[in-house]
Amino acid sequence: MTISPWTILYAVLTLGVLGGAFGGVLAVASRIFAVERDPRIEEIQSTLPGANCGGCGFAGCASCAEAIASGAAPVNACPVCSGEQTTAIAAIMGVEVTPAERRVAFVRCAGGSRAGRKYDYIGLADCQAAVKIAGNGPLECAYGCLGFGSCVKACKFDALHINALGAAEVDRDKCTLCRQCMDACPRHLIIDIPYAADVVVPCASLDKGAAAKNNCAASCIACKLCEKNCPQDAIHVIDNVAVIDYTKCTSCGTCVAKCPRKVLLDIHEDGKVAPVAQAGD
Amino acid sequence: MDWKNLLTIALGAILVNNFILVQFLGCCPFLGVSKKMDTAVGMGFAVIFVMGLASALCYPVNLLLESLDMEFMQTVTFILVIAALVQFVEMFLQKTIPSLYEALGVYLPLITTNCAVLGVVLLNVQEHYNFIESVVYGVTGGVGFLLAIVLFASVRERIALVSEIPKCFEGFPIALITAGLMALAFGGFSGLDIWR
Repeated sequence: MTISPWTILYAVLTLGVLGGAFGGVLAVASRIFAVERDPRIEEIQSTLPGANCGGCGFAGCASCAEAIASGAAPVNACPVCSGEQTTAIAAIMGVEVTPAERRVAFVRCAGGSRAGRKYDYIGLADCQAAVKIAGNGPLECAYGCLGFGSCVKACKFDALHINALGAAEVDRDKCTLCRQCMDACPRHLIIDIPYAADVVVPCASLDKGAAAKNNCAASCIACKLCEKNCPQDAIHVIDNVAVIDYTKCTSCGTCVAKCPRKVLLDIHEDGKVAPVAQAGD
Repeated sequence: MDWKNLLTIALGAILVNNFILVQFLGCCPFLGVSKKMDTAVGMGFAVIFVMGLASALCYPVNLLLESLDMEFMQTVTFILVIAALVQFVEMFLQKTIPSLYEALGVYLPLITTNCAVLGVVLLNVQEHYNFIESVVYGVTGGVGFLLAIVLFASVRERIALVSEIPKCFEGFPIALITAGLMALAFGGFSGLDIWR
């Protein structure tokens, strides 16, 4: 069969007419169905980090930008943005902003291998899975870090790691306080503290003294020596565990020196969370 | 045309000739967006939507081509028609039903010229389906896609949790093996002959 030039011409014409018709329809439709978008949304979105971490509480950076532009969220809604970026967003929105004090995540447990075990856990290497089995997980302590790294997996900024002792630890310089780890921890051990905080309490055990002591070699036994000796009234034992009020704490280190369990730590003096001698053995 | 015939087409499209697992059409989104259940569901519904609409619109376009004696132009014309249709529907939804637009999200433009969508309209022509049969085949073909991608996504979510996969099989290799096993399982439906 030979193809006549007319067939080719008709084919070109048909496709051309169809294409032209659809193009025309789309051109008209784009006018009719045009949705006005705030141009600031694009600008804000390009300033945001783009990690879509969800730390702001919105579905991602795009929805956060939309919320900021519409006024539903403050200009500093993004917890990951540095002061510069927040200022840039504020400039787009035409408002002034005072940079907030930087805060970082902190794991309230440094027990790791120092915490007693009820049984050997062999299963999914995931904290959420481990706490769901009998006895609320393999640790004697019902409040301790399980060390399977659910928070490490949740961290998009490589700021969380399981340390040599087997407990999760935050790298303050990398932490952006996106709060993903806080949601990932089944024991809700991760809180936010000031970036500049020197003294920390890496224990969250609500057990009473004897039980806390038996469960873990690195536990707060609520002896209240820190509370009694604090010159600033900045540390209190609440529900059997020491809690620091960082608005009052001057990092004098008195409590660190007095703590008989060496639970209270001055991270700038001790460096990393240091292992203490196993109590009793 | 009776309901039995339509049921035959529907069951055939969902199970026996499942677009992904039997005909191997649309494997790209099947592998690409099946890591999480919610994205898989979003993709599945977008495919149902586009395949149904494309079948409906391409039927009159095909009649036009046949009347002009230019069936050889089907493939290129259908691509043009589907692309324009998806663009139009996207604009239309954004203006009129923003909630549906948000729900379908990025998946709608993603499947504009997917081979499953092009496949369904070409198969409609090949099987000489009438208008209603074409639409039923398009929608149920999409349902088959949704079924396959949801099953696959649930298997992949499970696999991602179990960490005891050999290093060399992590990610796509194990996903491809899974897809192959699922295709074998769907092969079993070829014996289904309730409509005879």
